[in-house]
Amino acid sequence: MISTIRHLSTAALAIGLLSSAAYAETIKIGVNEPLTGAFAASGTYVVNGAKIAAEEINAKGGILGKQIELVIEDNKSNPTEAAAVAEKLITRDKVPVMMGAWGSSLTLAVMPKLMEYETPMVVETSSSSKITTSGNPYIFRIAPPAPVEAAAFRQIVDKLELKKADFLVINNDWGRGTAEDFSRMFKEKGINVGLVETMDQGAQDMSAQLSKIKGSDSETLIVTTAVDQLTLIFKQAAALGLKKKIITTGGSQNPDQIIAQAGAAANGTMHLTTFLPWFPEKTPNPKATEYFIAEWKKRGFDFAGCTESFRGYDGIRTAAAAIEKAGKPEAAAIKTALWAIDVKGLNGDIVFKKSGPEGKESGQSQPNVYLIEISDGKVGMKSL
Amino acid sequence: MSEFLQHLVNMLVLGGTYALLGIGLTLIFGIMNVVNFTHGVLYTFGAYMMFIVVQQLGMNFFLALPVAVVAGWALGAIIELTLLRPLRGSDIDTTMLVMIGAWIAMQSGALWIWGGVAKSVATPFPEAPLVIGPVSVSWLRLFVLAAAALLIVATYLLINRTKLGCAMRATFQDHDTASLMGVNVDLIYPSTFAIGSSLAAAAGALLGPVYVIFPQMGDLAAVKAFAIVILGGLGNITGAVIGGFILALAEELGAGYVSSGYRDAMGFLIIIAVLIARPTGLFARSERVG
Repeated sequence: MISTIRHLSTAALAIGLLSSAAYAETIKIGVNEPLTGAFAASGTYVVNGAKIAAEEINAKGGILGKQIELVIEDNKSNPTEAAAVAEKLITRDKVPVMMGAWGSSLTLAVMPKLMEYETPMVVETSSSSKITTSGNPYIFRIAPPAPVEAAAFRQIVDKLELKKADFLVINNDWGRGTAEDFSRMFKEKGINVGLVETMDQGAQDMSAQLSKIKGSDSETLIVTTAVDQLTLIFKQAAALGLKKKIITTGGSQNPDQIIAQAGAAANGTMHLTTFLPWFPEKTPNPKATEYFIAEWKKRGFDFAGCTESFRGYDGIRTAAAAIEKAGKPEAAAIKTALWAIDVKGLNGDIVFKKSGPEGKESGQSQPNVYLIEISDGKVGMKSL
Repeated sequence: MSEFLQHLVNMLVLGGTYALLGIGLTLIFGIMNVVNFTHGVLYTFGAYMMFIVVQQLGMNFFLALPVAVVAGWALGAIIELTLLRPLRGSDIDTTMLVMIGAWIAMQSGALWIWGGVAKSVATPFPEAPLVIGPVSVSWLRLFVLAAAALLIVATYLLINRTKLGCAMRATFQDHDTASLMGVNVDLIYPSTFAIGSSLAAAAGALLGPVYVIFPQMGDLAAVKAFAIVILGGLGNITGAVIGGFILALAEELGAGYVSSGYRDAMGFLIIIAVLIARPTGLFARSERVG
């Protein structure tokens, strides 16, 4: 009796699966982003950008004659959750390709799952160099890794006349990786490296670190973290009377939000960003940038989020282009197709080049990096 | 030296709010013997009340503070009457599980209502800090310290110098005897829980504008509150205040002179040391358990 029930239920399950496959009218793309926790603001912006891309693609008739459907899951800014979300998206939702997972530590946690289930992922934000050098052939990154950022910055450090720099970085793969890559570049350039202070990703009070930095003999402070923590740092630095040249890295600063929340404290600060929503004409593909910004504003989203959300937009367009090129929504075919696409990204053409150990290379595109400066509450461009 | 002075000032400001968190919890955890996992959510609730009243209703910042305190008081009373009253007399584990459930439900509720993206509250204080010699501190934080000190003194007087405080202490020492002496114990339970809750909400309302407001902000605050209560001794208000300042000092000096990466670990190292050396907490008298 029991075995009959088991057979029946297995049959029912099988029929259910078959019919859902047969009647599936959408092509799913998994989205693994932090919508709660320390990186909630950033993750939400990326998802909103992703939705704009999906709507644009679907309005033009979708891909392979089908509409695309984003399956969006929250990884709670937590690496353990990020890995669980990836597993859920692949095994339960059967997505053939994913985008994620914002933070470097989150992406690194997802990577073994990609190997296990042989599913490719477009990495839209993470910058730790480990991601594309550890030999994971399912990784296709459209964000600049920290060494690329450091190399871009290298071209301008002479003009900035830096002598000695302290670091205040988020205590994870992203922050520590940035501190290492920038320190190396500074040393090559003859710039001294002073303190390297870290902060927990959820920390709200950085006064202790900033007090220590205030007492150092460096004239420059390099800060790496996401926008929520950055605004707190600017406010707390101002309250402590910290007077150093502050330069932020990582491209998750949302300068307009810093201006709005930190006020005068933001003046004179410089930021390495990966997008120029303030100057669409200076971006690599101005028309695409203008279209995206118009759509972003049309939906009533905060303009400050553009520097973050464009990655979600580019990431989904990258995944969709690969599905189209593959001709079928299957993981292996999409992985092969990702090597052959050429997408007009908002921060440069997305063409993947090989990175990492031979035979199991990850894909890495070559995005641009810009340095902007805030003065009188306005964003201006520093030429690199 | 100037760096050390700045660390000390930071410690004072941070310690004041830690103390406020600690005394709210010591009332409930120490005196009522309820392991209150909703303490962090009540802290979050107080912060969101500030957001609603100041940012969404556009009311005065200083008016919003008492609103948040009263709202926290009311929410605490509701929790006691609906969740704890039916469980009175049941063992501590059962109550603990119910409070964990309430914590998760309320935090998810906050996420559902306000979303996961952090909110900030505008304050009427000037951006430029107060600078005295080598030390500087923002006016907002000075105000928070003053308000916290006021609330701490008021709570101390309430518990130790008023009839209500006397009745509260009597009730949780011996429920039956207090009842025979004419104490309305059915009123004392919700009152105590509500007062403890309003202090958590007050801490959230004061610190929300200093930092940013998001649904999980209370988690770390609650962990620290438990640490402070254990450090100071269960039910000991003076102990909770001093415990708050010790935790703040450990975090400041630990981050300043040892390693900023382990800032949040510093306080817990001290607690482990205290638990090994004085398991009842630094300031608790030993008590009979059997």
